[in-house]
Amino acid sequence: MTVAARAPYDFKPRDLMENFHGKQIVYAAWDGHLLFAASFLICVPPETSFRELVEGPLAQLLSIDPDAAAIDWAAVQWLKGNQPFSPDFDQSLVANGIGHKEQIRFRTPGLNSITAAA
Amino acid sequence: MDMKAPEKKLGIKEKYRLLTRDLAWQPTYRSEKEIYPYLDYEGIKIHDWDKWEDPFRLTMDAYWKYQGEKERKFYAIIDAHAQNNGHLNITDGRYLSALKIFLQAISPGEYAAHKGFARVGREFAGAGTQVACQMQALDEMRHAQTQIHALSNYNKYYSGFHAFAETRDRIWYTSVARSFFDDSMASGPFEFLIAIGFSFEYVLTNLLFVPFMSGAAYNGDMATVTFGFSAQSDEARHMTLGLECIKFMLEQDPDNLPIVQKWIDKWFWRGFRVLGLVSTMMDYMLPKRVMSWREAWEIYGVENGGALFKDLAFYGIRPPKGWEDAGKAIDHMSHQFMLGFYQWRFGTAFHSWIPSDQDMDWLSQKYPTTFDKYYRPRWDYIKRAEAEGKPFKNFGLAKLCQCCQLPCVFTEPDDASVLCHRQTTHKGEIYHFCSDGCQEIFEDEPEKYVQAWLPMPQLFQDPVNGDLAAWMDWAHLTDGLDNGEYQGSSDQRNFDRWRGLATSNT
Ligand SMILES: [Fe+2]
Ligand SMILES: [Fe+2]
Ligand SMILES: [Zn+2]
Repeated sequence: MTVAARAPYDFKPRDLMENFHGKQIVYAAWDGHLLFAASFLICVPPETSFRELVEGPLAQLLSIDPDAAAIDWAAVQWLKGNQPFSPDFDQSLVANGIGHKEQIRFRTPGLNSITAAA
Repeated sequence: MDMKAPEKKLGIKEKYRLLTRDLAWQPTYRSEKEIYPYLDYEGIKIHDWDKWEDPFRLTMDAYWKYQGEKERKFYAIIDAHAQNNGHLNITDGRYLSALKIFLQAISPGEYAAHKGFARVGREFAGAGTQVACQMQALDEMRHAQTQIHALSNYNKYYSGFHAFAETRDRIWYTSVARSFFDDSMASGPFEFLIAIGFSFEYVLTNLLFVPFMSGAAYNGDMATVTFGFSAQSDEARHMTLGLECIKFMLEQDPDNLPIVQKWIDKWFWRGFRVLGLVSTMMDYMLPKRVMSWREAWEIYGVENGGALFKDLAFYGIRPPKGWEDAGKAIDHMSHQFMLGFYQWRFGTAFHSWIPSDQDMDWLSQKYPTTFDKYYRPRWDYIKRAEAEGKPFKNFGLAKLCQCCQLPCVFTEPDDASVLCHRQTTHKGEIYHFCSDGCQEIFEDEPEKYVQAWLPMPQLFQDPVNGDLAAWMDWAHLTDGLDNGEYQGSSDQRNFDRWRGLATSNT
């Protein structure tokens, strides 16, 4: 469907990548770890490698969860845009197909001390 | 000597005719289309504007008289409240958080409603409609003013009240209410009427104002109770008019039904998301609670709303599409949202706190199927971490919904262990949503919502560019004063000290 309007109606999105001064947004969520109320918004250059994203800003944000130290990154299951995904840790976000405003999620089966009952 | 014949007193009906319908005239040198250019493009067909009924037959002279009387009473009480340190009569300083959210998110909505009704009063044809919209515009302006005046007294003593206008525009949780009103004002006149006149006034007022006002009464806040009373008779009129509007549209042409139904679906869901703010207040912020959010929903949502939609079934209207998902969310939303507020407390212009053991027992009693299973373990962990000197602070910014602008804190309708992730791609750009309801609203008019000003991504753009301290300055948020934990805040210290001075000899 399209907007009801009296004249041509076509305006620029507010969150285009060009507004982020060479960076992009990645959303990241740890499934089953609902101590964190929502996906994290992370703003990094698209050349960042997947490893730098995970070991840098993501790990830092996750560190307040009691399970964070026990994550085995080699065994983690990933989703991108809600579909299964195998990232190459040494490639950039772009090379991994992680575009601006992409959502990544990860699962750590067996590791869930706070919301295990849930 | 000339004797003037005594003027004949006009009956209400006659007076109403002369002072409203009779004000209209037939244009001669401009076409109706030129004068009312906004009436067609939404697809709503009106054949006879005279069929519009104002059940109150209110005329301007009577209106000024009633409102003037209410203003006098209101300001007498507000003055007394200010002079007698009424702010020290509230149950506890924690109550102020509910007031701050009200002033930052809801009062500006009254002003937005004023602007919207002033506009549609001009855009609609039909003198009856125009006069009714004009009076509602004045009411809403009065509500914004009386609320600001009533709460300005608290601003003399406590943090978080000082910059409500900037807070409304720049902070994240307030953008939920802001975008609700912006969306309605960016709609055509008929959709505006459904959004505000019907969904907001009729469907949601009971779930918003009633809990706030009874919360105020329970917690000793005379100022808020007074503006609540002063607005109540207006709101009763708005609710009736809202219902009249929808019936008018449905009676005018059968083609209007699917359009009206679509708007009811949309605005129910948008309103339900705004109510997320209210749910946290009812379940977590009132030191003396009125009823749980679930209980309020049962009375005002299920019972009253159910009866309304039964009535409207006569016109072919069915309950809003999101009704079922809303029902599933009731036992979760306040907890999910409050856990968010608490962990992002660095970025709120009000204080939050970890619920006490007593609070948590009350919550498990009110939410027997969900609180102990899902939410108590999280609060327990947060409490333990706090006790160990590692307060739980989430400095990650959140993914926001492109439609309702809430952080995506909600879980799947049928699985409270999985966050609800919804996304779509439009013209090469990805957009995220908190729910199916919000995604459907976007997909119906993507051109509108791609422009949404989302506070979190904006923080990484000009003028703030990711600098959190600069963001706080820009949002008029003073770190360590307006935000953070209630325990140890200046509000807590001041309230306890002043109350101590007022109630003891030390
Ligand atoms: Fe109002
Ligand atoms: Fe109203
Ligand atoms: Zn949403």
